[in-house]
Parts: sequence; C-alpha cells; structure tokens
Amino acid sequence: MSNFPFLSVLTVAPLVGALVVAFLPRHRPELAKQVAFAWSLLVLVLSVVMWVSFNAGGDRFQFRESYSWIPNWGVSFTFAADGIALVMLMLIAVLVPLVILASWHDAESSKRSVPVYFALLLVLECTMIGVFAAADVFLFYVFFEVMLVPMYFLIGSYGGHQRQYAAVKFFLYSLVGGLFMLAAVIGLWVVGGKTFDWQALSQVDISTGTERWLFLGFFLAFAIKAPFFPFHTWLPDAGGAAPAGAAALLVGVLDKVGTFGILRYCLPLFPEASKWFAPWALALGVIGIVYAALLAVGQNDLKRLVSYTSIAHFGFIGVGIFAFTTQAGTGAVLYMLNHGLATGLLFLVVGMLISRRGSALISDFGGAGKLVPLLAGVLFFAGLASLALPGTAPFISEFLVLIGTFTVNKPVAVIATLGIILAAAYVLWMVQRTTQGTLNPALTEVEGMRRDLNLREKVVVAPLIALIVLLGFFPKPVTDVINPAVQATMDDIGRTDPAPSVGTVQEAAK
Amino acid sequence: MTELNLPSINYAAIAPILIMLGAALLGVLVEALVPRRLRHVVQLTLALLAVLAALTMVVLSADERIITAGQALAIDGPTLFLQGAILVLAAMALLLIGDRSIERGGAFVAQAAVTAESADDRRQAEGRNGLTEVYPLTTFAIGGMLIFVAANDLLTMFIALEVFSLPLYLLCALARRRRLLSQEAAMKYFLLGAYASAFFLFGVALIYGFTAGIPGRSAGVDFATIHAAVSESPASPVLLFAGMALLAIGLLFKAAAAPFHVWTPDVYQGAPTPVTGFMAACTKVAAFGALLRVFQVAFADANWDFTPVLGAVAVLTMLVGAVLAVTQTDIKRLLAYSSIANAGYLLVGVLAPSRDGLAGTMFYLVAYGFSVLAAFAVVTLVRDEDGEATHLSRWAGLGRRSPFFAALFTFILLAFAGIPLTSGFTSKFAIFGPALEGGQAWLVIAGVLTSMVLAFPYLRVVVMMWLSEPGESTPTVTVPGGLTSAALMIGVLATLVLGVAPAPLLDLAAGAAEFVR
Repeated sequence: MSNFPFLSVLTVAPLVGALVVAFLPRHRPELAKQVAFAWSLLVLVLSVVMWVSFNAGGDRFQFRESYSWIPNWGVSFTFAADGIALVMLMLIAVLVPLVILASWHDAESSKRSVPVYFALLLVLECTMIGVFAAADVFLFYVFFEVMLVPMYFLIGSYGGHQRQYAAVKFFLYSLVGGLFMLAAVIGLWVVGGKTFDWQALSQVDISTGTERWLFLGFFLAFAIKAPFFPFHTWLPDAGGAAPAGAAALLVGVLDKVGTFGILRYCLPLFPEASKWFAPWALALGVIGIVYAALLAVGQNDLKRLVSYTSIAHFGFIGVGIFAFTTQAGTGAVLYMLNHGLATGLLFLVVGMLISRRGSALISDFGGAGKLVPLLAGVLFFAGLASLALPGTAPFISEFLVLIGTFTVNKPVAVIATLGIILAAAYVLWMVQRTTQGTLNPALTEVEGMRRDLNLREKVVVAPLIALIVLLGFFPKPVTDVINPAVQATMDDIGRTDPAPSVGTVQEAAK
Repeated sequence: MTELNLPSINYAAIAPILIMLGAALLGVLVEALVPRRLRHVVQLTLALLAVLAALTMVVLSADERIITAGQALAIDGPTLFLQGAILVLAAMALLLIGDRSIERGGAFVAQAAVTAESADDRRQAEGRNGLTEVYPLTTFAIGGMLIFVAANDLLTMFIALEVFSLPLYLLCALARRRRLLSQEAAMKYFLLGAYASAFFLFGVALIYGFTAGIPGRSAGVDFATIHAAVSESPASPVLLFAGMALLAIGLLFKAAAAPFHVWTPDVYQGAPTPVTGFMAACTKVAAFGALLRVFQVAFADANWDFTPVLGAVAVLTMLVGAVLAVTQTDIKRLLAYSSIANAGYLLVGVLAPSRDGLAGTMFYLVAYGFSVLAAFAVVTLVRDEDGEATHLSRWAGLGRRSPFFAALFTFILLAFAGIPLTSGFTSKFAIFGPALEGGQAWLVIAGVLTSMVLAFPYLRVVVMMWLSEPGESTPTVTVPGGLTSAALMIGVLATLVLGVAPAPLLDLAAGAAEFVR
C-alpha cells in the first residue's frame, strides 16, 4: 500500500468533489451538502490509511511522487510528506468534514448559491492539502497563492458584517506576501541552478548576502500568513467576518501554512540566514504573545476575540520554531496540530452560539448557560483547551515550547510564560460574560437560544473533544511522527540541543 | 556581405505580408463592386481567410532563417513567432470587429463624416448599417504590423510603422456611440502619433549620420551596418545616443510606455471596443517586436548605454500604470493603465539580454494578447440602451445578474493580477526569471512591487461584480453572438492553458528566440 500515490490522489480528490458539487442543481441544496460531506469523509478515510502506512522510523520524506510539468523551468509535480506535513494533512482531513457538518445551514442565510459554498470548501481543501504535500517550491507557491481565491469568496460572499472589506484585506495582505515570496522563489531558482526540487535546493550553497535577502522574501510571506506581529491586522477582520466554518479552517489550517513554510523552507534552505534572523523572530513572537493576548482581553466580538487568541498562539509557535531546540520545535509542530483542534472547536462552538443569538457581541449574551447548558459546557471546554489547561492537548505543546526555549533563552521563555496567565484572563472572562452570571433577559426572547445542541452539532464537537483529551494524555503517536522530522530540520540548520534531546521530549510527553 | 546584397526576393518567406496587403487591396475593390447588403459578410470572410492563409504560410516557413529583399526584411525565428502571434490575435480581433449581433449594425458607425451629435448622426446610430471599410483598414494594419516585426532596416521599419498606424487612427474614429469621444481619441492619437513618427524619422537620420562617420565603411540604416558601426570605435557617440533616444521615443510611444503613454487611456476609452482590443493585443506585439529587434540586433553592443535609461523607463512605466490604474472608474481606462503597466513588464524582458529573455518576452506578448482581447470582449457585452456601460459603478452586482460572464471576467482579472494557474503568472515568471539571471534584480523588485499595487484595482472590479448588490442601474450582459463568443472563449481558454501547461508554447518561443543578423 505504501506505493499508492496518496498525496496526489488526496490533492486531486477534493477538487473532483468540488466540481461534482458545483454542478449539482441549485434548488437541491441538501443533495449538495450530503455529497460534499461524503466526499470529505472519503478523503478522511484515505488520509487515515496514509497515516497508518507512514513509517515513523523510516525516511524523512515518504510517499514521494514526481511528474514532469514545465520542463523548460525545471518545474515538476513533486509531492512528498515528512512527519510535519503528515500531521497537518491529517488535521485538514479531520477538520473539513466537521466544518462541512457544522456549516450545514450557514450558506442558507445568505442569498448566494448553497452548492457553491460547499464546492468552495472542497476547493479550499484541495489547495490546503496541496500546499502541505508539495515538495517542489514552484508547486508550493502555486498552491500558496491559489488558496487565496476560494477563501476570498468564502469570506466575501458568505461572510457577515464588513465581509467585503475583510475579504479584500485578507486577499491583498496575502498577495503582497506572496509576491515578495515570488521574487525570492525566482531568486532561489536562479542561484539554485534552475531547479525547483526541494531536495536539490537544500543542498545549494548560497552567499551570505543573497541568502539573507531570499530568507526575508520567504519569511515575510510566511509571517503575513501565520500571522506574526506586526503583520497580523488582517486576521481579526477576516476571522470576524468569515462564516464560522470557514473561520475555523482559516485559523485552524490556513495560517499554519505560514509556520509550516518557515519550518520547511526558511530553516532548511537558508540555515545561516535563519540563525542570523532568529533573535528578531523570537522578539516578534514574544511581542505577539503578550500584545495579542492583551487585545483579546478587550474584545467584545466573539470571533475577533478568538482571532486574537490565535495570534497569541502563533507567537508561541514562532518562539518554538526559532528557539532551535528539538523540544521547542516538536512543541511548535504539536502546537500547530493542537491549536488547529482547539481553536477549530472554539470557532465552531462560537459559531453555534452566534447563529442562535444572531449577534457576535459578548455584551448581547450573559447567563446563556442557563438556557443552553450543553453548548455552554462545550464552550467552556474549548476555552480551557485554548488556554492550555493540563490534561488538554495544547498544554503539552505549550509546555514543550516553554521548556525547550528555557534551555537556550531564559528571558524569552519567562516573558512567554506571561502569555499563559493572560490566556486564562481572556478565556475565563469571555466564558463568564457569555454563559455565566445572571441571565440576560433579552436572551429568553430569542427563539434560537431555547435549543441546545442538536445531534448534528454533537457529532461535530464530539470528535474534536475526544481528540483534545486523547492527545492531552497520550501524544506519543503524534510525537513519534513529528520528532524525526523536527530532528532533521534542526540538523539542517546545524543546531544541537544543549541537553539530551529525544529522551527529554518523551519524558515531557508523558 | 556581398551575397546578402543580392536583390533577390524569397517570395515564399514574405508571403504572409503579401497576402495581407493583397487582401486589403481586394477589400477596397469589394467596397466598390459588391452590393451593400453583402459587403459585411464578404469583407469579413475575405479578411478572415486572408489571416488564415497568411498564418498557414507562417507555419509552413517555420524553419526559415534568412534576410531577404535586399537587407530590408529578416525572416527569422522571432519574426515568424511574432507574425504568427499577430495573425492569431488579429483573427480574434476580427471576430470581435465583425460581430453584429450585440449592437445592431455592429460597433461601427455607417458614415463617419456626419457631424457628431447632429440629427443625422442620431438617426444613423439607430440604423442597421455599419461601415465595412473597417475590414480593409484592419487588414492593412495587420499587413503593416507583419512588416514591422520583420523589418531589418530603419527605413522599412518606418514605412511599416506608418502602414499600420494610419489605419489605426481612422479605426479609432469610427465608434457608433459616443462619437465625440471617439473622434477626440482619433485626433489625439493621430497628432501624438505623428509626433512620434517624426521623432523616429529624425532618429533614423541621425543614425545614418553616425554610420557615415565610421571611416572605411559605407553608410546605411540596415541593422547589420548599424551593428558593425556600433561595435567598431564609436566615432561620434553623440549621434549614436541622440539617434537611439529618438528611435526609442518613436517605438516606446507605440508600446505605450511612460512618459509617452498619455494617449493610451483616452484612445482606449474612445475607440470602438473591438478596435481597442486589437490595439492592446496586436499593436503591443508589433511594437515590442520592433523594440526587441532594434535593441538586441542593431544596438546590441551599446547595451551598457541604453540599459539604465530603458530600465528607468520600465520602472516609470510600471509605476505610472499601476498607480494610476488604482484611481480609475472606467473599465476601459482601467484596462488601458493596466496595459501601460504591462508594457513596463515587457520592457524588463527586452532588457534581459539572453535567449531566455527574448523567449520570455515573446511568450508574455502572446499570453497578454489573449487575455486582453478576452477582457475587451466582455466589455463589449456589458451594455444598456446607450451602448456599453463602462463606468465601474455600473458593474456592481454583475455576478448576480450574469454569473457566467462575470466568472470569465474574474478569471481574466486574476490572470492580470498574476495568480498562478493563469497565463498571467507564467508569463511574469518567464520575464522575471531571465531578468534576475541577467543581473537586473532592481527591475524585478520594481515589477513585484507594482504588481502588488496593480492587484488592487483588479480586485476592486471583482468585489464590484460579486460582493456588491446589484443596483437599479446594473446593466444586463447581452448574450453574445457566435463571433464574440468564439473570441471570448479562445481568449479565456488560452489564458488557462498557457497558465497550466505553458511548456509547448515556451518550447516554441525558445526554439524561435534567435535573431539572424
């Protein structure tokens, strides 16, 4: 089974599904939803099979496939996955069916075509899988840019308040980063001897000055995508305006492309420049953690609040990557997964609350737990996972990042720890103001607030809760896959850990 | 050198030119002899057949690499590639020009000499007739362009310039609606074009003087002589520099590069939209074909002298096009500024002194031509009772009213913005790659920065079409007849195919990318 072309099939399958869904008759939206859901389940099954056939102790890159595309420029359809990419692919495959299920009625409130909404979600899945599966820099760039188009229309056509502004801001920010990366991609192609193959390029020796410029081109694109402070201002707008399902994918997966890109492209291809820039990146990460957490405390819009918490979390991931220790690196990758699960859940639950209340403002709620106890409970759980309570998955990743950073850079680790306290502040305060306390009398008059979670919504939240708890107690299956890939990345930049590495990680994991 | 001076003419190699000019003359006879009601069909068929025949001859002589007709014409790889490009794009433009189903009687007025806005004029705007002289005029222009890209001496080039410019001035004045705007456009284009021609001619004279100043050589304006004169001791570089500058002004005017671009928005807006498409696609190919030949053949050895200047022009062109496109409220003017910015990108390709650079520039010309013709094809479709609705505010909510055409136009705009999987992206790569390799990193960075600026106006149109609610005044999209549909679909498909699988055309361009000297 390991010879099966998993990655290309996984990339193409959602696209085929999208075409099928898009051409379903517009007046039969139920059929479109069912087909889209079934299709995403199919992708999930295939991904699980791929996960099982991945050999954690084997080569760094597995499932390699290569087909010629534009021979004149040395471009090929090359797919390959290391442990980091595998984890992200799995996250996508799990999230998309849940998002489709959660968005079952979202598109109906707008006047737009319902099948197109689900077709766009599947197109988005295709580009997200492609961007993580690509092992050719040109191919990666193609997916990186094309990814913008379905998300642009998801936000712009199906979003809420200020959707046009948010969609354009999202598109322009990403495009600006992408074009800087394009210049760097072309530069890399020229100095690398006209090839785009990742493995060939990682062997190329580049002069210091050129390397730094190319690094900055890539880093800027990824820093905007992630987003790191100070390139983050598009995310609260986009996250706030996007429909909840799309927002869960935007923050849960799309933004991980930035951190993944840094791990896959910036560090191995430009090791010297990465070390040169690391202090600045750490500083940006730390500022992001504290600054975004402070802003999150002050938000009155639920979706914007969740967006700001994500920026703070991306600060943690950035710190973990640029600490250059295996623990911190593994923690960062694990964080990418766990943040996808926890924030994905948080966004979806918040979406359920908002669709019931018809408002995203925290001040419009109050004591909602008395009306919808189950929903309030899930919100509380998602919040606790998001603030990295021990026993939930994000705790392990945050802890790994902090101890991994502490061994090499104490001040950064100490300041970052402040972020944990602030996280408790913004999450608990948000939960208190929405679901606890005296019941807001206005809520009882809203028809939707009298319905607690229905079966569909329970099916959406259950797998995520299960995964968060499971990975909170037993992250070994995931760390086993991530560890060799992170180790290889640290080898690429020539950093060794100050303390014994593998043992520590696993002890910490337990 | 002696065998090149033989005045023999290889008729097979110059057959495309002869066919187009012959068809144009036939077209004039058709005007005189064929009854009025048949003229439209006969003329359109004649023009399309001529283009097809010429294209066939280009394909048949694909391996020809000669200089013929004395030193006047060079039939080599770039010539044949660009002639083929001009003919294919011209065929698409002819389909747009010939469409009479969108506007009753076509986009052209019946009698151009009737005073604009007079009672007669209003009557003829409603009439069923349209001018059929547009076909011979277009055919003449195509013939002139075919000579222009093949010209191997400056005088032939000047004559070709006039042969294709004069019909274009006339074509601009023939719009059925908004006659004053159309006539103003033609006047402006003619006056500025005449200035540009004069500059060009003056440049030719100075270059002749320069070659005459080289001892022991005969003077001349053919490219081999100029090349030899430049590479030998530059006896009088002042003449060379002045001549080069004046020639460049003449050519950059046609290419719509800043600061010689001021005519472009007015002319693009005023001219009948099919003619605008023809100019944006074919004139661009012809102008850049000539620029490439002049600077990479005749003045190749002076590239240290002209590269900084032309580089500055390229940066200025990109900046002006991109920044002013942001403020536009008329779709035709927006496309005009976008075409100016694209001229800047193409200049980056002209300055990449390698085979790859030449191939990339030629690829860009073809890819851009297809997209821009498709874009103007959509512009002809969006209309209300007063003709085309070109103001951007009128396009609000078009995606709801006509999702299919709005989707096509969105795709073209994404291509202009350089999103991957469209020809806009591959062609930018084809130009920026060789430029970076040639050490012109500053031009590439300028190109990337202006692309960001330029993405905004394109995106604004997308927002208008899809994310705004349709207003009272949102016009409908006319369902196009067969001719415009064909042109539109060819353009969109080419934009897609050249974006997804550019390898065949890149191979073709790479194989053709060598001038004979």
